[in-house]
Amino acid sequence: MTPHIEVGFAIPERVVLIDRKMLKAYADASGDQNPIHQNEEFALSVGLPNVIAHGMLTMALVGKYVTDWSGGTTSVKEFGARFIKPVIVPADKKVDLTINGTVTEVSGDQIKLDLVATSAGIKVLGMAKAVVVKK
Amino acid sequence: MLAPDSVGRTFDGADSISVSQSEIDAFAAVIGETDTSIAPPTFTIRISLDQFQNILTQPEIGLDWSRLVHGDQKFEIFAPVKAGDSLSCSATIESYRVAAGNEIVSVRSDLHRGAEIVVSSWSTLVVRA
Repeated sequence: MTPHIEVGFAIPERVVLIDRKMLKAYADASGDQNPIHQNEEFALSVGLPNVIAHGMLTMALVGKYVTDWSGGTTSVKEFGARFIKPVIVPADKKVDLTINGTVTEVSGDQIKLDLVATSAGIKVLGMAKAVVVKK
Repeated sequence: MLAPDSVGRTFDGADSISVSQSEIDAFAAVIGETDTSIAPPTFTIRISLDQFQNILTQPEIGLDWSRLVHGDQKFEIFAPVKAGDSLSCSATIESYRVAAGNEIVSVRSDLHRGAEIVVSSWSTLVVRA
């Protein structure tokens, strides 16, 4: 039996490490080959501080955090986020994506979550929310 | 600039997009998901963005994909997507505005498997000035 989940419950924090290899793998898996996610020279030429992660990679990793807690991929009914700051990924470095989640509403079998994702201490997603049915 | 008469309209995209196990496996591997019996929740962005690019850059609509950034994204998932699915995609331009020279387009994609809707998603796409 699923334990009772209350508003305010905090899902344990998770830190995921992101590197250039992961960006290449995500580019291939998603089809998004925009050079700002792989080519430092190009990223700098368009005014970015360095290569940046795909916003959708960040979101996919937060999605994995959610589904690990809620009981698998089929548990997610709604999932949304705003891409407010880039995750900056220098060459030969692993940068953090630090993820936290809090239960904000429980209604029948649906649970609403507020999600927070930061990298190097900077919030990268805004209005990140999910609705799940916990399995 | 986006053609003003395209706002509010729904455009049909591809009608038989096949989902393969290898595509799901590759996407799942990046995020460390080991259950590949169904696609991860954000997997269908792969289909939607590709379809948006095909549809919205047609000359009669006129979106400039080369200066595009992704502003926000939301999914509503009605049914899981699995390997072997054949999906159709439509794109609806829900709103359009220009702010400080940036074009801001909100577009919804609806993915159907036959008559059944499987995923609706909303993307805000920003064409930088």
